[in-house]
Amino acid sequence: MTVREALNSALDEEMSADPSVFLMGEEVGEYQGAYKITKGLLDKYGPDRVLDTPITEAGFTGIGVGAAYQGLRPVVEFMTFNFSMQAIDHIINSAAKSNYMSAGQISVPIVFRGPNGAAAGVGAQHSQCYAAWYAHVPGLKVLTPYSAEDARGLLKAAIRDPDPVVFLENELLYGESFPIKAEVLDSSFSVPIGKAKIEREGKDVTITAFSKMVGYALQAAEILSKEGISAEVINLRSIRPLDRAAINASVRKTNRLVTVEEGFPQHGVGAEICMSVVEDSFEYLDAPVERIAGADVPMPYAANLERLAVPQVEDIVRAAKRACYRSS
Amino acid sequence: SPPSAPVPRHRIPQIPLNPARASRASPAMAAAILRRLSPAAAQRAPPRLLPPTLARGVSDSTEPLTVETSVPFTSHIVDPPSRDVSTTPRELAAAFRDMALMRRAEIAADSLYKAKLIRGFCHLYDGQEAVAVGMEAAITRRDAIITAYRDHCLYLARGGDLVAAFAELMGRVDGCSRGKGGSMHFYKKDANFYGGHGIVGAQVPLGCGLAFAQRYRKEGTVTFDLYGDGAANQGQLFEALNMAALWKLPVILVCENNHYGMGTAEWKASKSPAYYKRGDYVPGLKVDGMDFLAVKQACKFAKEHVLENGPIILEMDTYRYHGHSMSDPGSTYRTRDEIAGIRQERDPIERVRKLLLTHDLATAQELKDMEKEIRKEVDTAIAKAKESPMPDTSELFKNVYVNDCGLESFGVDRKVVRTVLP
Repeated sequence: MTVREALNSALDEEMSADPSVFLMGEEVGEYQGAYKITKGLLDKYGPDRVLDTPITEAGFTGIGVGAAYQGLRPVVEFMTFNFSMQAIDHIINSAAKSNYMSAGQISVPIVFRGPNGAAAGVGAQHSQCYAAWYAHVPGLKVLTPYSAEDARGLLKAAIRDPDPVVFLENELLYGESFPIKAEVLDSSFSVPIGKAKIEREGKDVTITAFSKMVGYALQAAEILSKEGISAEVINLRSIRPLDRAAINASVRKTNRLVTVEEGFPQHGVGAEICMSVVEDSFEYLDAPVERIAGADVPMPYAANLERLAVPQVEDIVRAAKRACYRSS
Repeated sequence: SPPSAPVPRHRIPQIPLNPARASRASPAMAAAILRRLSPAAAQRAPPRLLPPTLARGVSDSTEPLTVETSVPFTSHIVDPPSRDVSTTPRELAAAFRDMALMRRAEIAADSLYKAKLIRGFCHLYDGQEAVAVGMEAAITRRDAIITAYRDHCLYLARGGDLVAAFAELMGRVDGCSRGKGGSMHFYKKDANFYGGHGIVGAQVPLGCGLAFAQRYRKEGTVTFDLYGDGAANQGQLFEALNMAALWKLPVILVCENNHYGMGTAEWKASKSPAYYKRGDYVPGLKVDGMDFLAVKQACKFAKEHVLENGPIILEMDTYRYHGHSMSDPGSTYRTRDEIAGIRQERDPIERVRKLLLTHDLATAQELKDMEKEIRKEVDTAIAKAKESPMPDTSELFKNVYVNDCGLESFGVDRKVVRTVLP
């Protein structure tokens, strides 16, 4: 199943199961979705439940949050999360904080979803990763699926969750196909929020990653195994809440850690993971924590520069070797 | 500066004076007097005695009474409603009481703030009471209301508890948000009051979302989406209004135009301060927001309109006596003469007082007694609120999520304070 099919089927099944679920976003209806994630849903559920919006993120995000105040379950699509910045006040001040400020009176069962991070050659304004930004905020849940199983299970969990969820997909993963177990196809299937997945077990070094970088980390682990380094790859799945228990348990086993992310390095996800490990498992570390992240520059367009701005498999391999005190 | 209103002209009602009031008689005697004055009147049930908080003698009658608003409605691409407003003595007395209670509560909040029992931001509504009370008179609790941060009186109008309001202002656990919201974050979901928002203009799309849900569920209810003249230029307002018009959402945008966005006069902030016209393709009505009956009439009209036709804008011409907040004296950008002039000519409570006196529905002394009782009621509520404790430390970590079982959270020093969310 491709990630696209996984997302589409999850939306379809959740809309079928719960009449209060509705979709909102640019081109989600008649255009069948800018990336075809919502294909067929307008025909099936009608224009009252699949709403094409004008290009007005602040307006439609606010409307979605207001509908969620009333107990409906909106799924608001941002064509990319770069455009979510136009609506970020509603995501944070109107959605994330409401349950707390109202001492539980106003809950916000909303999902904000869409592609996050770099695509290919789309330039600086269309390539930013927002995982660290949204994961910063108490009151939000931030999910980052990698595989088709992740996409289906996490999106279903997100729609059923009574809290506001930021669901960060990746455009380059939409077309990728993954093998799935039969249970994944069941309409009640879901993946728990806040639990990471060990994609590959290992004993020498832990590599944490999310979204597209999970695939790169798995490729790096394959290369490392040929050089005698057994890497354990953790697919975070959930940035907030972060599965600190799983990360620390793994580091206590391997004693070495490489964090991988696509976004800007300063104040990133890796910084939080490193600090968590220093706080909880310092004595277990045999080497400093290594961090692989996007370059600290706006995303350039030229293909060679873009390649230098985003982590590559060899960067992950090099960092893992450093953590193991091996020269490259 | 806002024009002063002409003296209201009222039609003399064609009904007998409330006999119970005229004679201060018992209900039995009142019934006897009724039978004498008008045989037809004898068929009607005698007036119910008022609850103890209302001064005895003030008319409780539900006999219809028609009053003309002091200024006509000005409209934009819609036919305005009539200036003749149907009301009853009971409704006028209740409006007087509710507005006087709100006035007293806000003035008491001013004192509490100066005594440092209220901290941070405190935005007071005194002067604008007619908007909250007039709106409430036209709608039901199934209709929704959302506003920004000048929200204390909207909360009270929706049936909010006076003690809970003061406790919230003072950050106590018996506050309506358990002390975790503060002045700008009052909510009452069971009365469809959705707050209570600190970001100027954000509540406008949120209110359109409330209306979206009402239409989605085919509830036949509407949302009143309040904002100020300062928020009226926000881009997100026009984004939301566009969608509300496209999708025919049952939302009424209510601009509480008190003519100053914090310290900036409307004509300095808005190229066009005719806020009722700013909807362009969306109809609008300009309303004397200091006239309880005009507000009621406009809201009733608006509710019927939006259920058929989609959004409408109501611009309430109103005024706040206090500054923008307790940090703003309110006199650096307005003259004291202007403030005093509005109080003299347009005060909403004084107008209803005049109506009650002119129609012989109450005496001046009775209304003064009512205000005295209200003052006592507010003082008692404040005393009770002061007894409420501050929230327990465990409240710090409550309500971060609805579904938060097992999630971790941290205090300032996570080696000292680290918890699993309840």
